[in-house]
Amino acid sequence: MQTEEKATMQLEELEQVAKQVRRDIVRMVHGCQSGHPGGSLGCTDYLVALYFRIMTHSPEFNMNGEGEDLFFLSNGHISPVWYSVLARAGYFEVSELKTFRKLDSRLQGHPTTHEELPGVRIASGSLGQGLSVAIGAALTKKLNNDPGLVFTLHGDGELQEGQIWEAALFAPHNKVDNLISTIDVNGQQIDGPTDRVLALGNLRAKWEAFGWDVLEMNGNDLADVIRVLELAKAKTRKGKPIMILMQTNMGHGVDFMMGSHKWHGVAPNDEQLSLALNQLTSNMQDY
Amino acid sequence: MKKYTYTESKDTRSGFGAGLVEAGRKNKDVVALCADLVGSLKMGDFIKEFPERFVQVGIAEANMMGIAAGMTIGGKIPFTGTFANFSTGRVYDQIRQSIAYSDKNVKICASHAGLTLGEDGATHQILEDIGMMKMLPGMTVINPCDYNQTKAATMAIAEYEGPVYLRFGRPVIPVFTPADQEFVIGKAWMVNEGTDVSIFATGHLVWEAIKAGEKLAEMGISAEIINIHTIKPLDEEAILKSVAKTGCVVSAEEHNRLGGLGDSIAQLLAKTTPLPMEYVAVNDSFGESGTPEQLMKKYGLDDAHIVQAVQKVMERKQALAE
Repeated sequence: MQTEEKATMQLEELEQVAKQVRRDIVRMVHGCQSGHPGGSLGCTDYLVALYFRIMTHSPEFNMNGEGEDLFFLSNGHISPVWYSVLARAGYFEVSELKTFRKLDSRLQGHPTTHEELPGVRIASGSLGQGLSVAIGAALTKKLNNDPGLVFTLHGDGELQEGQIWEAALFAPHNKVDNLISTIDVNGQQIDGPTDRVLALGNLRAKWEAFGWDVLEMNGNDLADVIRVLELAKAKTRKGKPIMILMQTNMGHGVDFMMGSHKWHGVAPNDEQLSLALNQLTSNMQDY
Repeated sequence: MKKYTYTESKDTRSGFGAGLVEAGRKNKDVVALCADLVGSLKMGDFIKEFPERFVQVGIAEANMMGIAAGMTIGGKIPFTGTFANFSTGRVYDQIRQSIAYSDKNVKICASHAGLTLGEDGATHQILEDIGMMKMLPGMTVINPCDYNQTKAATMAIAEYEGPVYLRFGRPVIPVFTPADQEFVIGKAWMVNEGTDVSIFATGHLVWEAIKAGEKLAEMGISAEIINIHTIKPLDEEAILKSVAKTGCVVSAEEHNRLGGLGDSIAQLLAKTTPLPMEYVAVNDSFGESGTPEQLMKKYGLDDAHIVQAVQKVMERKQALAE
């Protein structure tokens, strides 16, 4: 029973971190009156689980990441959640979060290697490129006999980019089985619900037809996220790349932002910020 | 005029294929990717020797650029291979974000550049690639002139850290540079010293410039011919030193007049020493089907057109002096 207690405690700790990351996100976007809170809040549990529980990684960052697990954010506009998680995991000072999207900052609107921010290994923002990059990094790990895994995150709207399907064909054909990709299936994109803009159809059937091992999880239930990511890790190196379809609520954690595409790329005003922060209590310190 | 002779003709892309194998032997981190054009890119020998270091991507150039960028993470040195059109225009955003902006050590190797691709016609004959690639911050742009120089350039870029665009061609042309040459990125190669006019040529046009120089010598005109194999970074010192002596300029390239080598030189001269200048380049048009020789003639890229451009620019120089 002791191990179960430990796991429960860990989960509680992770939930506290997730609350704080959500506080960081709304404050960062409010601070510069620009950025993408909706998808960031939706993907918070996934990124917290990844960096605080799942991945083998070091905040003593080096670009090549030998022996480490690597993460690539393909839908770069949800940079607030990634920056917050990197800072909270020790990659750089949390105080730097206040520079987000401001002049002379390493925290560009979309992630870049150009400013040498620890944790970032490729620029993203123009959608659809991250899966190819992750495949390349995974191929190099194989050539180097490096046991590390490669993780990627994509938006569901991003799947409308053709390059994704080039990469989808490539990975199973080449048995890239040290790769765990995740799609944030929140059903929203800038112009409205994905079903209305350009429907994605049956994603499980599509990825399975391409030859991927497909899993599903509730991206806003930390316990489920951990369970499925652990399961995904157990399925690596068995000849197939792994795709996780992650159901999330856009804006999760802030009631008036939840489930609507309207908060895709809009900053809260002062009143909305305090409403949001009241819903996101944490025992950690704000930056 | 120095005498340049050749005993054989070869394609520059075969120089790439040979250089790639050598680079692979020298450095185990060299890997190659191709988008279904292994034969055209002459990658067969590399694949035979290093099968595990070759990635066949299929007809998916955007994916190829992304995979190449990703392969640098962990220390590989990827060489991508496809036609120049599909190496640049088709995947400009992928190169911009995942390679240039991300400062990845990818070597974008492009064959069948320019008009001399020939019969396939305008869809395959890109004439804008030098311009597109030189506009990317941090991108090195190289356009060697013959088989030996392409081989040397291919080996040199494997040793250089940073993104590179290496441009070469399809047709068989004279091999006139030494087999054991040293290729220094960014350092122009003096083909012939002269006093009356500076001809700055790149790629296939270097041999045309040599032929033009011989004709000019017969006409009593002393042409300085410089091979600008590296378009970015531009060897400004060599260019300025030459024009200080000659006072007029002809640029020669198998590329659109807009945005190519000529424009790089014009920009340099505009801010230092404005001088009479003529472009030998495609005059802002698409190409068409034909043999390489027919196209070079029709679109004004052969030795005769270089001679005409020299006569024109020297008249302008003369008029200024009077």
